[in-house]
Amino acid sequence: MTDQVERFPSARADSDVEEAVTQSALDTMARDDLDVLEREGLEIESLTQWQLTRRKFFQHKLAVGSLILLLIIILSSLFAEQLAPYPFDAPNVPDRSLAPTLTDNHFFGTDKIGRDYFSRTLYGTRTSIYVAFFVSFLSTGIGVIVGGIAGYYGKWIDNLLMRVTDLFFTLPFLPVLMILANFWGRGNPIRVGIVLAFLFWTTLARIVRGEFLSLREKEYVEAAKALGASDARIIFRHILPNALGAIIVNATLTVATAILVEAALSFLGFGIQPPFPALGKLISDGQDALTTQWWLAVFPGLTIVAIALCINFIGDGLRDALDPKQRVK
Amino acid sequence: MATFILRRILLSIPVLIISTVIIFWGMTEIADPLSSLRLLPNVSQQTIQNIVDRKHLDDPWYVQYVFWAKDLFTERNTTALGNNPIWPDLKRAAGNTVQLIAISEVIAITTAVWLGVQSAKKQYSVFDYTTTTVSFFGFSVPIFWFALMLQALVTGLFLWTGFRLFYTFGQSSFDIASQGWWAVLIDRLQHMVLPITTLAYVNIATYSRFQRASMLEVLNADYIRTARAKGLSERTVTMKHGLRNALIPVVTLAAINFGGLLGGAVITETIFAWPGMGKFFFDALSQGDAYTIMSWLVVTAIAIIIGNLLADIAYGWLDPRIRYD
Amino acid sequence: MADSVLEIKDLVVEFDTTDGVVHAVDGVSYEVAPGETLGVVGESGSGKSVTVMSALGLIQMPPGRIVRGEVLYNGRNLIGLPIDELRKIRNKEIGMVFQDPMTSLNPVFTVGDQIAEAILEHNASATELEARKRTIGLLERVGVPNAERRFDQYPHEYSGGMRQRAMIAMAIANDPAVIIADEPTTALDVTIQAQVLDVLKDATRETHAALILITHDLGVVAELVDKVAVMYAGKVVERGSVEEIFHAPRHPYTLGLMMSLPRLSGEIKKLLPIAGNPPSLLNRPAGCSFHPRCRLYHGREICRTDVPELPGGTTAAACHFTSEMAAELEREAAEAGIAAEGGRIG
Repeated sequence: MTDQVERFPSARADSDVEEAVTQSALDTMARDDLDVLEREGLEIESLTQWQLTRRKFFQHKLAVGSLILLLIIILSSLFAEQLAPYPFDAPNVPDRSLAPTLTDNHFFGTDKIGRDYFSRTLYGTRTSIYVAFFVSFLSTGIGVIVGGIAGYYGKWIDNLLMRVTDLFFTLPFLPVLMILANFWGRGNPIRVGIVLAFLFWTTLARIVRGEFLSLREKEYVEAAKALGASDARIIFRHILPNALGAIIVNATLTVATAILVEAALSFLGFGIQPPFPALGKLISDGQDALTTQWWLAVFPGLTIVAIALCINFIGDGLRDALDPKQRVK
Repeated sequence: MATFILRRILLSIPVLIISTVIIFWGMTEIADPLSSLRLLPNVSQQTIQNIVDRKHLDDPWYVQYVFWAKDLFTERNTTALGNNPIWPDLKRAAGNTVQLIAISEVIAITTAVWLGVQSAKKQYSVFDYTTTTVSFFGFSVPIFWFALMLQALVTGLFLWTGFRLFYTFGQSSFDIASQGWWAVLIDRLQHMVLPITTLAYVNIATYSRFQRASMLEVLNADYIRTARAKGLSERTVTMKHGLRNALIPVVTLAAINFGGLLGGAVITETIFAWPGMGKFFFDALSQGDAYTIMSWLVVTAIAIIIGNLLADIAYGWLDPRIRYD
Repeated sequence: MADSVLEIKDLVVEFDTTDGVVHAVDGVSYEVAPGETLGVVGESGSGKSVTVMSALGLIQMPPGRIVRGEVLYNGRNLIGLPIDELRKIRNKEIGMVFQDPMTSLNPVFTVGDQIAEAILEHNASATELEARKRTIGLLERVGVPNAERRFDQYPHEYSGGMRQRAMIAMAIANDPAVIIADEPTTALDVTIQAQVLDVLKDATRETHAALILITHDLGVVAELVDKVAVMYAGKVVERGSVEEIFHAPRHPYTLGLMMSLPRLSGEIKKLLPIAGNPPSLLNRPAGCSFHPRCRLYHGREICRTDVPELPGGTTAAACHFTSEMAAELEREAAEAGIAAEGGRIG
């Protein structure tokens, strides 16, 4: 085995005693990880954790392709004003009920009052993506804080959190969202986003709690504690970086879930409503003309599938890249 | 085991009570239970006043709660507007939902376990990549859109060929009862196929990923190597030593899901107009009837708690290391 | 050798990884005769486990790959044997004991069932009841008390030492001609190790089986084996009788191993670790893999360019300068204050 310290570049350069002690414990941990491979006679190259993660992610062709496609979709929806051939909500009766065509740029066709569905889909995508990222950030923030506090301090705070999340888990997810969105959301994207985040944070809180609970017991954290490091230092320098993988993967997948759930709510009439554009609402507008004007439901739906699929592949790539046990294929 | 179940049931009761309190508080304080009634032009002031008197809406919410809880499981648990008893409709809806989810779960679990095991055994094969892609599609497709596409396909086929393969709407054709039990059964199945397909597809995607992951983990376990070193056939190694361990997470997940599904096939039932719990909830929410919604939530919460209990029992039954009581 | 029951000849095993090809086993040869005990010694990653695992087809292929070589069981090559033929060899002819008894038993079946399964698999005529009786007998033989009751217990109800006894019972369930024990005591408490080794020794003697004992623990070797093969970076670098290996090592790596071993007799004043780390199997040093850590290297070119061959015969070492070892031993002895040829082992 070559020098494991290479994997944690700061180890030898830093003269700080605490740093050195914790790093050597980290090295031991890393070696434990690799024991399995060692027994098979395998050998791992020396790379820093992030280099390794990045390299592994970029080896995942599907994830990289998905990332590129997703960036294209996001950017084009952000520049909807510039890219959309028509405004979101302008009826144009002479052009009504057109099937998808290249003439006049009606790529996704028009509805029965002549609104261009490509433009509507672009604007709808923008709303959906805004809401989904908002939900992901908000719920990740809440989840990390609540889960971290519960996992690190334990005792009654932990108990309280677990009971609260238990309570959340006894309620049916979608119906409760529908109720909240119905009585409080009022079709407003930000309100709908808050409602979603309100129910989404519990999963991550549990994950973060679990990570904190187990990391708290690790030797290098104990060593740091013994050397008198403050709670904040332990949390931000020693625990959080190690829990980051799980948090990033979960936050990514939450974006996909949020898009799907928001679309479902909007489709059912409890999510985002006009005047705000939303993909789910576009699909429900096309529901009545499924066989005659199939394009109305198909294209916004395909857009949602494309976005969610990309994010899921990216999440999968991230998970593989961040999981040290999966280094050997 | 019996003591464990009893203890779990007893522990569930406070959880259930607390969640009903929260639900009730939320429904009456945040959302005015009469808000949607007030918007209807043909509902008179007198009608509203009658409802206020009947449901004690002038009292503080906790007093209302006591009245509500007292009547919850009786005939006096009624809708706000029509004063109709809620339970008969809810029971009928539950029966219809159970038909749907029982069949779709059986299909989903068996298919997913098979797919997951095969994918894990042939990791990185064409089969594995295909299954993985299809199940990723399953996570990524909005269930309502998938249902609509099924409807569009079947309706399109009908319009094109004139042949009625499946129905896209409702539970049975309206004049079918006169044509004998066989016709009724076929008709029912024709109505069930699309909602079952929709429900099963999404669950197959989830379960098969789970099964694949747990099977992969198990196949790398030391005891699998021991089983091979004993000279057992590959089939015995994977199906007996592997699957018995790898089933634990999926069975647990399915049991947990079962409770949620009982109340929660809202989208599928709404789109296919299947008169089950989900449709019942959707209609109640659309009409804004807080009392119907609350009764529905109580039933669903109980179902979820039972599902979780079943999951624990299944877990203890499958894994001898788990000892309850 | 005509009388060897298991003979490994020039075995080469590689693994494909995302970082390149790992040369886990590179031309390994050794053999055991009935009743004989062979110790295979080496650091982690020297390929000692992979060698025996591939002999029974127990490595994952892919990523593993047997490039060439033979594994002869009573003259019959096991490499390339159809899986159904190989299955009849496993446990029936060659029994295995694995390193970690905590994870080597299936947690959801009783210990008894798992042993009886091996009996039923290889004896088509045996009934469940007979298998149960034989299993209880086996459990008693390996020193599991209350065998009747223990039969129906799950692995988690066994202690680590008891589980390893059960693993040994499983390995000898069909009276195999060869027992392979892969680090059988590494995962156990020191106090339990000796007991388990005794059980293994007795079981081997009673069945008159050949034993291949894979270990990095030289104390275990000294206690139990007749002859030794020392492995380094996928190759056998020295072989010989246990006496020769301990008293007159012919390879500098073997000497290094001896120097790093604490002796109860207190004859050695200090423990000397081997300088440096084992090499990467992805990218081994050219020439002799050991040269960067070798005390005899002295910058000589041949060590960097030519891979030393392991000569035939029962006593041999793969070193260009094995002739210098005698002088090295004298010097070492003078420094450490012991006579190179004197003293007891262990």
